[in-house]
Amino acid sequence: MIKNISNLGDAALYCDFGNDVNKEINSNVIQFFKNIQKSKIPGVINITPSYNKLIVSFDLNITNFDKIKTEVEQLNFKNEIENVGKLIKIPVCCDNDFALDIKRLEKLLKLEKEEIYKKFFSKKYYCYMTGFIAGMPFLGDLDDSLYARRLDTPRVKVPKNSIGLTEQFCNIYTFESPGGWNIIGKTPLDIFDNKNNSSPNLINPGDTISFFQISKSEFEKKYD
Amino acid sequence: MTENYFEVLRPGINTTFQDNGRKNFYHIGIPFSGAMDNRNFVIANALSNNKKNNPVIEFALQGPKLRFKGDKVYFNVTGDVNFQILRKNKIEEGVCYQNIVLENNDCLDIISTNRSVFGYLSVNASFKIDFYLDSCSVNTKAEIGANNGKILEKNQIIEIENITKKYSLNKLDYINSKIENIRVIKGPHFDYFSKTAKELFFKEKFSVTKLTDRMGIRLDGPKIENIKNTNIKSEGLVKGTIQITADGNPIVMLSDHGTIGGYPKIGVVISADYDKLVQIPPGSKIKFKEINLKDAETIYKLYEMETQNLISKTK
Repeated sequence: MIKNISNLGDAALYCDFGNDVNKEINSNVIQFFKNIQKSKIPGVINITPSYNKLIVSFDLNITNFDKIKTEVEQLNFKNEIENVGKLIKIPVCCDNDFALDIKRLEKLLKLEKEEIYKKFFSKKYYCYMTGFIAGMPFLGDLDDSLYARRLDTPRVKVPKNSIGLTEQFCNIYTFESPGGWNIIGKTPLDIFDNKNNSSPNLINPGDTISFFQISKSEFEKKYD
Repeated sequence: MTENYFEVLRPGINTTFQDNGRKNFYHIGIPFSGAMDNRNFVIANALSNNKKNNPVIEFALQGPKLRFKGDKVYFNVTGDVNFQILRKNKIEEGVCYQNIVLENNDCLDIISTNRSVFGYLSVNASFKIDFYLDSCSVNTKAEIGANNGKILEKNQIIEIENITKKYSLNKLDYINSKIENIRVIKGPHFDYFSKTAKELFFKEKFSVTKLTDRMGIRLDGPKIENIKNTNIKSEGLVKGTIQITADGNPIVMLSDHGTIGGYPKIGVVISADYDKLVQIPPGSKIKFKEINLKDAETIYKLYEMETQNLISKTK
C-alpha cells in the first residue's frame, strides 16, 4: 500500500510505494491506478503508474493538492478492484539481421546463443509499466543468468519492434528510438498502433506476456 | 461555395497544429502535448470568437509563410511576433492581438518571434484536420495528431472550413512580459544533491542551450553534484519537472516529454510560470527561485484570473 503521499510540483500527487522493484509492490501500484481511474475523481487528468510510484496529475482550475490527497487516501483503505491482466503472446524472430546484440550477450553472459533464447522463451513476463515512448512495455523478470548492463554507447536508432534486454527487464521498442538495451530479436506485431483511435496499445500494465520464436519466413509473411 | 485554404510557401522551423492537449494517456506513454504557451493559445481563440479548445497553428522562432486562397478569412497572431501581410500592391506590417483580413491571394509571412520562442495563428474558422485520442495536437515523436503527426511541409495545403462571421473587433493591449526568475517547488529527490549543489541551484544562473524543443529544455551552468545516485528506478514525470542528468546538468520537461524517466527530480516549475518558461529562447539565462506549495497555488489563481480578464477584454 501507499507509504507516503507528497506533492510533485503544484499540480500532481507523488504516491510512494517503497523503493523495491517487485511484482507484489507493482501489483499494488497498478491496482491503485485502476482504482483511481474507476473512481473518476474530479480534476484528475493523468495517472502514471511505474515500478513503485504512482503519479496523479490534476487540473489546478478544478481541484488542488489537499483535496486530491484526501480523496486518494480514502481510496487507500478500500481494496475492491481485483488486478487481472490479460495474457498476450508475442512472436519474435531472432534472425541475425534483427538480433543486433546477441554476440555481445554471448560474451557478456558466457552463454551460447541457443541457451540465451531457451531461457528467454521459457518464461512468462509481467508488464510493470508502459511509457517513456508511446506504448513501450517494461517487462520482467528475466532469468537472472540473462542480466546484462546497457550498451556502453546507446544506439541513436533502435529499429521499431525490436526486443531489448537490460538488467531484470525486457522491453519492446514501439517506435524507432534512441536506446541502449541489448537487442535480441524483432516482432512483426505492432505493439502501438497510431491509427487505432480507441485502444492503441497492445500491452497494458499488469498484463502477462509470453514470447514465442518464429522463423524469418514467418516474420516476412506477417508483413504481407 | 468557394473553397478556402492556405498554401504553405514556407513551413517554418517547427510549425504544428495544437489544441489544449490529450488527457489521461500518460499511463500508455502518450504525453499531454498541446499548445506550449497556454495563455497565448486561449487568447488567440478568444479573439477569433472560436470555442476555447479550437485547433490553432503553433510556430517556433521562424513561422510559416502562407498564401490564402478563397473568399476571405480573418486571422490573428498572438505572442511576441514579427509578421507581414503581402497584398496585391502593398506590404502591411502585422500587429499581434488584432484580427486582420486575408483575401484571395494575400500572403501571411510570419517572419520570426522576438526574443521568445512560440507564437500562435488562429482564424475565425476551423482547419480541416484529423483528431487522435480527442485532440489534434501533433506529437512528432509518436507521429500522432493532425497532419499525420508531422510538422508542416512546404507546398502542402491547409483546408479551412466553417468560417464564421463573428470575430472580435477589439485589439487587445497585451505585452508578453519576460521573466528570468522561474519559481520552483522542491522535488522528491532534492536530498540526492550535496549542500553546495542545492545552494548553487537556487543561486546561480543557467543558460538555455540550443538543444531545446517541445520535449524539454536543456540547461547549462554550474554542475549539480549528486551524492546519492545519479539514477532512480524509472517513474512518472509531469511537465515542468526538472531532472538532473548524470553529468550534473538540469533538463526541464516540456509538453511533449517522455512520460517516465530515470533521473532524480530536483524540483518542479510552478504551473503559473510554465507559459513564460517555454518562451525563454536559447542563449538566455534563467534563475530558479524556491517557493512553497501554498504560495504556488495562490499565484496560480491570480494567473488564471489575469488570463480570464484578458479574454473578457477581447469581447
